[in-house]
Order: sequence, then C-alpha cells, then structure tokens
Amino acid sequence: MKNTFKIVLGLLAIGLVSCDAEFETAVSDEGFYDSGSADLSRYVAVGNSLTAGYADGSLYLSGQENSYPNIMAQQFAFAGGGDFTQPLVNDNFGGLLSNGTPIPGFGTRFVLSVDDQGNRAPVRLDEMPTTDISNVLPGPFNNMGVPGAKSFHLSTPGYATLNPYFTRFATSTSTTVIADAAAMNPTFFTLWIGNNDILSFATSGGTGVDQTGNFDPSTYGPNDITDPNVFAAAYSGQVDALTANGADGVLLNIADVTSIPYFTTVPFAPLSPLDPNFGPQIPTLNATFTPLNQAFAFLGVPERSIVFSQTAASSLVIHDEGLADLSAQLAAVLVGGGLDPVTAGLYGQQFGQARQANAGDLPVLVSSGVIGKLNQGRFDALVAAGVPPATAGQLSVNGVTYPMEDQFVLVPVEQQMIATAAAAYNATIQAIADAKDLGFVDAKANLAQVANGGVVYDGGVLTSTFGTGGAFSLDGVHPTPRGYAYVSNLIINEMNRKYNAHIPTVLISDYATITAANNN
Amino acid sequence: MKKLLLLAVFALATAVTYAGGYRVSLQGNKSLAMGHTGVAVVNSSELVFFNPAGLVYLENKLSISAGASGVFSNVAYQNETTGASSMTDSPVGTPLYFYASYKATDWLALGVGVYTPYGSSVEYPDDWAGSHLVNNIDLAAIYIQPTISLKFNDKFSVGGGPIFVIGSVNFNRNLSKTLSTIEGERSEVTLDASGVNATGWVASAMFHATDQITIGATYRSEIIMEARDGDATFENIPNSPLTPFPASTTFNADLPLPAEMTVGLSYKFCERFLFAFDFNRTFWDVYDSLDIDFASEDVPDSFNARNYKNNSIYRFGLQYDATKMFTLRAGYYFDESPVQPGYFAPETPRNDSNNFTAGLTVNVGSHLQVDASFLYSHFKEVDASYDYYVDSTNGSTVPFGGKYKTNAFVPGLGLTYKL
Repeated sequence: MKNTFKIVLGLLAIGLVSCDAEFETAVSDEGFYDSGSADLSRYVAVGNSLTAGYADGSLYLSGQENSYPNIMAQQFAFAGGGDFTQPLVNDNFGGLLSNGTPIPGFGTRFVLSVDDQGNRAPVRLDEMPTTDISNVLPGPFNNMGVPGAKSFHLSTPGYATLNPYFTRFATSTSTTVIADAAAMNPTFFTLWIGNNDILSFATSGGTGVDQTGNFDPSTYGPNDITDPNVFAAAYSGQVDALTANGADGVLLNIADVTSIPYFTTVPFAPLSPLDPNFGPQIPTLNATFTPLNQAFAFLGVPERSIVFSQTAASSLVIHDEGLADLSAQLAAVLVGGGLDPVTAGLYGQQFGQARQANAGDLPVLVSSGVIGKLNQGRFDALVAAGVPPATAGQLSVNGVTYPMEDQFVLVPVEQQMIATAAAAYNATIQAIADAKDLGFVDAKANLAQVANGGVVYDGGVLTSTFGTGGAFSLDGVHPTPRGYAYVSNLIINEMNRKYNAHIPTVLISDYATITAANNN
Repeated sequence: MKKLLLLAVFALATAVTYAGGYRVSLQGNKSLAMGHTGVAVVNSSELVFFNPAGLVYLENKLSISAGASGVFSNVAYQNETTGASSMTDSPVGTPLYFYASYKATDWLALGVGVYTPYGSSVEYPDDWAGSHLVNNIDLAAIYIQPTISLKFNDKFSVGGGPIFVIGSVNFNRNLSKTLSTIEGERSEVTLDASGVNATGWVASAMFHATDQITIGATYRSEIIMEARDGDATFENIPNSPLTPFPASTTFNADLPLPAEMTVGLSYKFCERFLFAFDFNRTFWDVYDSLDIDFASEDVPDSFNARNYKNNSIYRFGLQYDATKMFTLRAGYYFDESPVQPGYFAPETPRNDSNNFTAGLTVNVGSHLQVDASFLYSHFKEVDASYDYYVDSTNGSTVPFGGKYKTNAFVPGLGLTYKL
C-alpha cells in the first residue's frame, strides 16, 4: 500500500518537472537555421547614413537599433552569427555636441508635430543633445556606417577630423573607415556606399558641380557629383580590403533619387486658385506678366510664358540653369515696349532663365516651406536697388513672381547628371559583385518598386509616400525602421539564395514608421 | 496490490486534457479523476455541479466536498519564418470548489455550490511578438448556486437552481504593433473590471434505468458578464494630438460564459467497477466578438472578432472500489476547440486536446475522504493564426500566426465529509 502511494507520487512528480510546452523542433534548436556556405561569426557593415541607421534627419539610439545591419545581425544570431557592436549614441533625441556645445547642422531628430489648426509637419525635437563627439568610443565596431560619407571618404585618411560621426569612433585621427572595418577581420560584410556621391548634389537642388572628369576628390565641394572613375577606384579598393581574408559579402547598388519622397512630395503645380492668398490675385498677376510673355514671344521662346490658371492648380515659376540666359535681350525688348530701363533691367535679371515648372521638374521637400512666401533676400536686394518696398514685395514671392531658386528644384538637366553618374556607379558595383562572386542586391530596382505601386507586406503596402507610406522617415531621404527592415529582408533573401543559407527574415509590420510627438 | 499498481500506471499512461476556450473543467476531484464525468454518477455532493437531480439519491444526510486544483499551464509560440519565439510564464491557477448537500426528507435535498467553471490566466513576456493582441490576461468567474433536488420516485428525480456569478477581468496589451514614445517604450492599455455580477440557472434530471444503469442530463444557462465602467489605463502614449489617449477612461464590455448541455450515463458493470460517459455541448457561438467600448471619445472602440463555434467534449471515466480504504479512478476526454481557423488568438490558445485523468479517494475513517486527482492535457502542435487584427493607428489588417504548443497539467486535492 505504501509502495503504491510512493509510485503514484513519483509519477506525479515526473509530470511536474516535464510540464514545459516544447516543440518537436524549436527555432532555438541548433541547426534549425543555418548560414549555408557563409560564415556569419564576424559580420561587418560598411557604408554611410543608411548603414548607420540614420533617420528623421538625425542619428539616434532607436534608429541605430533598427539599422538594417543590426536587424540582420539579430537574425544572423539564429545561424551562427556572433556579437554585433554599434557606435551607439547616448539618446533618442539625436544631435551632436562638441565639448558641450551643439554642432550646427547636426540637430535633433524630426518628429511629426500637429499645430493648433491640425496641420501636420515634421519639426525638430526640442531637446538638448547629449552625445558629445569629444567622448571617443573605443572602436572599431561591427557597424562601420558613417553618416554623410561618400565613396572616396571611406578611404580618406584623417576623415575622422572631417566628419564628427566618425570622430566619435575612429581608432585614430589618421585612420580610414575602411581600415578600421578591415581591422575587424570580417568573415562576412555588406557594403552600401555611393549614395551621397549623387545625393548631396540632388538634395541641394543641384547647386553643386558635376565633377565627372575631375579625378581629384580633394578638390570637390560637398554638394558635387563624384567622378565615376573616382568612385570605381575607391569602391574596388574597399571591396578588396574587405575580402582580403576571404570574407563573403553582399553589395548594394544606388537607388534613383526619384524613388525618394524628398523629390516626389512637393508637386510641380501647387498653386491653387482656391488658395485665398493666391486666387484673387491671379487676374492682376496675369496682367502683369502679359508684357513679359509678349517679350518671350518676340524673342522666340513663347514656351517660357508665365500664365496662372483660374480653374486649375498652376505650375511654379522656377529658375532653370539649363535655359539660355536671356536677361539682356529681355530687358532690351521690355525697354522697347516702353518700360523704364531700371524696371526692365530687374525683370530681365529676374526672368532671364525662368519658366513655369512641368512634370519633369522635382521641387525638393524643403521647398514646401518657401513656396508663396516672401523671399526676404530678394526683397532686401530690390529695396537696396531703389525699388519701392511695395513693388519689391510684389516681385519677391517665391515660385510666383520670384522664380524658385536653384536649390529648391531639381530640373531635368540636373537629374540627367545624377542619372548618368548613378548608372556608372551601379555598373561598377554590379561588375565587382560578379568579378568577386559576391551577393548583390538591386536596391535601385527594389526601391523603385516601393515608389511605384509599393510592396505588399504582412500589414499592408509599403510605399514611399511621405509621412504615410511607411518606408521613409520624416527627412524624406532615409528609411524608417520599417523601410530598413525591408532592406534587411532583401539582403537576407539574397544571402539565402547566394550562399544556400537558411536565415529567417523579419516581419516588417513589427517595425515602426514615423514618430508623432509635439514639442511643449 | 499488484492490480492497484497497474491501474495507477495505466491511468497515467493514457493521456489527458483540459477545456476549450476559457472553460476550466475542474469542478470536483472525484469527477475529474474520471475524465470529469458525473452527470449520471451518484458519488458525492459534487453533484451540485454535475447533476443537482442526483443529490436526493445520496445516502448520507449531509455531504460536503471541497477542493482545489493547481493549474500548471504554459504555451510556447514560435514563428519559423522570423525565428521569433516566446513562452508564457503564467501564474499557477488555483480553481476551487465547495459543495454541500443536505437531505431534508426522503424526497427533497437542498444544496449549495461555489465553483469556478470559467477563467483564464495567461502571461506572455511583455512586448513579445503578439503583444498587440495580449501581454497578459486574468479572467475569473465565481459561480454561487443554491440548489434543490426533488425525487419523484426511486428511478426519477429533477434538480436545479439559480446561479449568481461574480466575475473579474484584467487584461493588458500593446496598442499596436509599433506605437511607442520617443524613448521607444511601447504604448499599452490595461483593462480592469471587478465585481461584475450576473445571474443564470441550472436544471437537470436523473433516471435510474436499471440497478446498473443511470442516465442524466444537465443544462447550465448562458451568462453574459456585463462589465460596466471598468477602468482602462493607457501608458506610454506619445505626446501628440494624433494619439489622444487619455491617461485613463472607463470601458464597457460583454463577455459571454456560454451555456452547456451535458448528457451521460453510468454503468456499474460489475460489483466494484463503474463506467461513466458524459457528452458536453458548449454553446460557444455566443462568443462572436469581444467588443470594448471606451467612454472617452478619443479612444477608438476595439472590436475583436472571435467567431467561436459550438464545441463537443466526449468524456469517459472508470471507477474501481479497490479496497475499503481506496477507490481508484481514471478517465479520458477529448475536447474539441471552439476556435475556428483564422481566429486563433493567443489569449486563449486552445486547439483540440486529448486529456488523461487519474485519481483516488482515501477513506480516512467513516466520515472523511481525501480525494486526489491529476489531469494532463495534451495539445498537438498547431500552426494557427489570428487574421482579424486591425491596427487602429492605420486601419490595416495584420495577421498574427505561428506555431503554438500548449501543455496543461493539473494536480488536485479535496476533502469529502459525510454524515
């Protein structure tokens, strides 16, 4: 009898200890996933802001945590991946300090703010940055993404003295990004570089110079387009450095600027007759432009005529550096028409390379803040030239009477320079991927799909629509965590194909988009 | 002695289950040990729950049973596409029961029962992959049932009574898959309602077809727990007019405790052996949707499709009066899940289960019995999803799926006093 008791109690006890619910094959089991022929024990990511996890116009902690290399590293951990370190900033505000003082141009992140009228707009978070670049982190790190870096910057000795993001974690002031990356002795790498070689030109509205043919990058300005041969030399050297010990890797190419909401959000024809500040003035404006349009016709360029519709939205008046400069001829014709020489001279100067925008023009995101507003610089210049303030004000309305300045519109001639350079870079990337037998992700094609129709995912459709599309953060250039998750899956899928690996992808619905917050 | 040992081992070797939805079938250790049969078994005052009509056939003037179970249950989740995995760390549930029956006359017995047939306690790690559906839930309903049992003759009796329910619920989940503050803390809501009252009734009949065969039927009515003005607390809400969640508001929600029909028989096929069979039908189709109506206009109401279907449970039990001191029991039941494909929500992750039970009664003197039972519920791994989650921040429908594996394991102990 006693024995029976003991046995029953014993069986109960066995049950108690084995009551965990366990899968027959668990995802945490050794061998459930594998890295195929790739060795993921030391993954190093090299690149620019995209690799760093930059978003919303800033580098901040949760952005870094959602960088595509970090997202991938979490998945690599299922397939033999090792530790993945990043040069983490201090906070979720973003922004940099140097010895306690904010560094101009390195402000806090954008958040989506709503004003009293219910208007939504990105504004900088009103917080004091706490990340000080004088606090140098002991590098190198697995994530060697440096915001702002162009292709040749990665191989530029002393770049740490030029870029405060690299100042923070360079192993020395004289080192290069690629040297620090190679010092990590990667077994696997990703390289996504070259975007800024065209993008800074593009986001500046094409104010820089196309340096194609100039092989000395030390003479380049910050907004210039890099010569394709300079790009190729830098890129190929970097891949050589990263593959020196036989590492496998994936290369990503450069997306079109037209895939990015920074260039696709502001319409070329935003001037609505329903706007109470604009509509009632249309008859007066058209009457004012009539002599100018007659002069354009006389000069054989009637296509430059400026007319505002009273029934449909009108195109912006823009400055197009691709047009022949007719300032002098225009002034002469206007004088011939009876206008006084001073006014005619001003008109000639103001409209000598002007036209109304069309579908081929890309107003940049920040132009939305100036369209229809008084251009203070132009106003001051006109008043200084002796124009009565009332007239000066009428001639200084951005996009209406004062052509949108170069930095606010990417015109076709500028887009062509960008496209030509990008095509050359991408040909180099593809050729090196083939030659080195590396994985290749066509970021250009995939982001074009996001921009044109979108990509279906488990929670909807990912598009590049500014603010609501899910893929792009509030700076209009860099992805959201969800956009970076999409990039991670592109790379993982390529690795699974190229290296016959079985690495789990991520659900991009698990990743956030933009952050709403009001400063107050 | 040898026989006894074999039976105990057999009972444990046959596998066990638990209950679909948030039904917790643990209403008596004697019955549970026999696969939670009892609609046609005249054993003890556990009949207050299983079949009030049978109380009048109890031999003793006074019969009191009380006991508790310890529910050790956990759920494992994994998604093989993403590698995500989670394991619940649910607190040990302790459902209780208390039944008393008093035979006033030869044809009339009065009784009262307190029991907890519905409840759920599931706790996932905070911010796990399905945290937009549930982080944790604790649902409890206490039934109090005054009971009357009337004998028409030696073969037929009826019974029943009103049921008073006191319920409570505490539920926490994240507001969406991604909403968070600047600091990355996930926005969440906690719903809390207690002291929710409702009433229902039970009616039953028992028929002794022969000396060996008894037939019984019990119907317990549907009871809707109407939580009114419960507390809803919102935390980690971004500072934005786009997310105008107040720190707190109130909510209304209805949670149905479905009706249950049981029919069954018992067969005393030889001197010391009794076989019992119960068939339960639980009318889960009343659980169509869990709708949470928030008082604040700023908070979108929450609609959570459930679309449960009625389910059946087949129960088999065996009782062996081994010695004067020991009665051994074993049982099995198959519990069909009320959850339909595409509606598998992690707060009640129940698929079909096979359930194995065993137990024994020890007679300690002529008045007191110790009742022990043991239940093991075996759920197959199931690949399931909940396809009807609508993200309130953007209106998109986002499915949540993966593999689930549930285990439940329930030892119980009780006392029976007879006078």
